Amino acid sequence: MKTIITSTGNNLQSVFDPRFGRAGWFCVYDRESNSTNFIENSFKNVNGGAGTKTSEMAAELGANQVISGDFGPKARTMLEKFKIQMVILEDEGLSVQDIIDRINKN
Amino acid sequence: MRIAIASGKGGTGKTTVAIHLYQYLSKLLDDQIQLIDCDVEEPNDLLFIPDAVNIYENTVFTMVPEIDTAQCTFCKKCSDWCEFNAITLVKNLEFAEINKDLCHSCGACSLACEFGAIREYKNPIGTISGYKTTFGTGITEGRLRIGSSMQTSLIRELKKQTASNTVLQILDAPPGTSCPVVETVSGAAYVILVTEPTPFGLYDLKLTVDLLNNLKIPFGVIVNKAGLGNNAVYAYLAANNIELIGEIPFSKEYAESYSKGALLNNVPEELENIYLKTAERLLEVTGIKK
Ligand code: SF4
Ligand code: SF4
Repeated sequence: MKTIITSTGNNLQSVFDPRFGRAGWFCVYDRESNSTNFIENSFKNVNGGAGTKTSEMAAELGANQVISGDFGPKARTMLEKFKIQMVILEDEGLSVQDIIDRINKN
Repeated sequence: MRIAIASGKGGTGKTTVAIHLYQYLSKLLDDQIQLIDCDVEEPNDLLFIPDAVNIYENTVFTMVPEIDTAQCTFCKKCSDWCEFNAITLVKNLEFAEINKDLCHSCGACSLACEFGAIREYKNPIGTISGYKTTFGTGITEGRLRIGSSMQTSLIRELKKQTASNTVLQILDAPPGTSCPVVETVSGAAYVILVTEPTPFGLYDLKLTVDLLNNLKIPFGVIVNKAGLGNNAVYAYLAANNIELIGEIPFSKEYAESYSKGALLNNVPEELENIYLKTAERLLEVTGIKK
């Protein structure tokens, strides 16, 4: 199962990014292999369609779940179509590593 | 000839100024004047003219592309060509979709596709309606379909609707300084900026002045609700050599009558004179012959 965590930077110490479409980076976390991979969100500064395009990116990466702080209406519609679960996390300044630790505790 | 009426934001009374100018310019120009409501997201000129009679309504379409997943090879060329991020393609899910609210109907994707997977269909973006009024050549209104983002395309169509016997068109622009406003004012011979003499009014006025200077369209200002607020706007106009076409005083009783939609029939004489003077000044500065 692959989870995407929106991140402000490209490593595990980076702080969680509460925005989905405008997130700086995607951390793709694979629970089976316990591996992570950081991918830059090339759509974060586009004028329109960021939500749609980032959702497309999530689907192409084969994600089953996305953890972010907020999903806009366009992103929500697309992620539902792709059957990707949306998990909303409050922004408490957690690092990506903190969130992965939480996932593994559950 | 076209004159546009704009304001930096809503609430300056632009609509009331527009319909009064329509009425008084009609008097001066032998009824050869048309009013076009380009505030397609919230057209409201007609609300003040309850006896206007609808004569036509046409739906405006744009061509929107659709992808046939059976033909599509997911090469992504179309989405690389789409400047508006309207195309979503996910190969492993065999998912191909074009978001019609993001699509600007530029046609690039159809050209890009080498596999014949894209066909175009008609998507309604709104309506254009014509109304007869007891003066002038009539009012034309554009109304955007809710959810559509094709304001500019609808306004472009709207501007082509010239009623017969029209020598002057007044375009009532949407509020703000975004693309739909630019589309409305582009091609206009002159722009009237309606402002109110308050600090917010001045701030918004400056933004619109910058816009028009960039577009190199001549303009002048009508101060509405004169007597409210302060004198900063006049100082600004003088310092920047901007033409003050007229000042419409604030009248509480009259404001109440337009909340009842009973405008134009019972304009106080004093206000009538002011509007007539403003309309005449406008003809002078734009060089339109009576
Ligand atoms: S018509 Fe233009 S805007 Fe619409 S999807 Fe195709 S390329 Fe994008
Ligand atoms: S260009 Fe044509 S074949 Fe390629 S992805 Fe787009 S629709 Fe499919």
